[in-house]
Amino acid sequence: MSIAKPPLTALGWVAAALVALAAVSIFAVAPEDADQGFSQKIFYVHVPIALTAYACFGLGAWKAYRLLATRGERYDLESYTGVHLGTIFGILTLVTGAIWAKASWGVWWTWSSNQLVLFLVLFLFYCAYFMLRFSVEPGPRRERISAVYALFGVALIPVSFFAIRLANDFIHPTVFTREGPQMTGEMFFAFCVSWASITLLAYVMYRVELAGKRTDANLRELREALGS
Amino acid sequence: MSAYLTDVAALARKDLRLELRARDTLPAMLLFVLSTLVVFHFALPADTGDDAAYGLLWVALVFTALLGLARAWVAEREAGALDGLVLAPSDRSAIWLGKSIATLAFLVAAELVALPAFVIFFAPLGLAALAGVVLASIGICTVGSLVSAMAAAARGREVLLPLLFLPLAIPLVVGGVGASISEEPGTYLAFLGLYDAVFAILSWAAFEYVVTE
Repeated sequence: MSIAKPPLTALGWVAAALVALAAVSIFAVAPEDADQGFSQKIFYVHVPIALTAYACFGLGAWKAYRLLATRGERYDLESYTGVHLGTIFGILTLVTGAIWAKASWGVWWTWSSNQLVLFLVLFLFYCAYFMLRFSVEPGPRRERISAVYALFGVALIPVSFFAIRLANDFIHPTVFTREGPQMTGEMFFAFCVSWASITLLAYVMYRVELAGKRTDANLRELREALGS
Repeated sequence: MSAYLTDVAALARKDLRLELRARDTLPAMLLFVLSTLVVFHFALPADTGDDAAYGLLWVALVFTALLGLARAWVAEREAGALDGLVLAPSDRSAIWLGKSIATLAFLVAAELVALPAFVIFFAPLGLAALAGVVLASIGICTVGSLVSAMAAAARGREVLLPLLFLPLAIPLVVGGVGASISEEPGTYLAFLGLYDAVFAILSWAAFEYVVTE
């Protein structure tokens, strides 16, 4: 590899510093929302987490595509790690979304919130991904079956989104419209810092998790070689 | 192209002939869909409107399809015939297309019983609802035969298949129910058509990776 990747520890510290900066800008810089008050602060966490979850699923699908296209074995763990992190961030989206729904609409769950329902569908879909992965014998076939299923996931995201919109009225607060974000400058700043911090955090987690999974796989191979 | 279609037709005919001789899928599907409709009668309170019944019809259809899909690759697996099919000098996606057509035939046969029974038991079905059933059945069988081929490679395949399939079937249920109860079913039918196209192309392209060792 010609370009060395930045060292993981340093990246971890940068991510931690960015998260702290995001916390400061969310609570100190961004003004309180006139309409929703303090509870709107969760927006700066909820939306970046949701966007990061999409990015992780996209990464998992991209690596899955690379696996099918090049038959490169290493993409299997990369795709799996992407989906794994996407599912974690997806659960966090569901949890923060439920808290926000409770604060602003008074209910923990509302079927008319399209984003939440979409994440529930994706959560079910990707949980099935894990079930599939763990019930097929390890080997090239499992790699390819998992990759195909991960690719189906990215096709399912827009299709489900459209389906849920068809099934529902659209009442989720639309912050980004064609006229640009309906936020003050400070709010937008806090949102961007928070988004950057969570994306970087996800990347660091991806690298850590990938290293762990690779070590695990190598260890298993060594153990099999020694055992036989 | 015509060689491809000949392969597909031969594969679909093989499944239909097997079913005619062994009769181990279709009778189960027919009985299942009828019993489900009867269960739904008792699950629906007396003064529930027709809309709830339309919703339950879609639940019945999806689960009946699941019953058929669970058995879709049993013959191939038990006799080790899948290896032979994969080695055969034809495009591997032909195996998927043949299987999709065969499962679609079973599902349509089950619907030919289920829909009249639904009309007698519950509520009338319009033309749009029928079109929705046709489009959704195509989607169910194209995606379902791929997903059940995945499940067939796994341990605990009977348990795994519904988990893999149901999240993918949610958009079909949305489109189908919408086409059955909406005043303007056009959008829902177009959506079902879009789903069929997207997932048929994906399944067609991806099947090869699922069956090759």
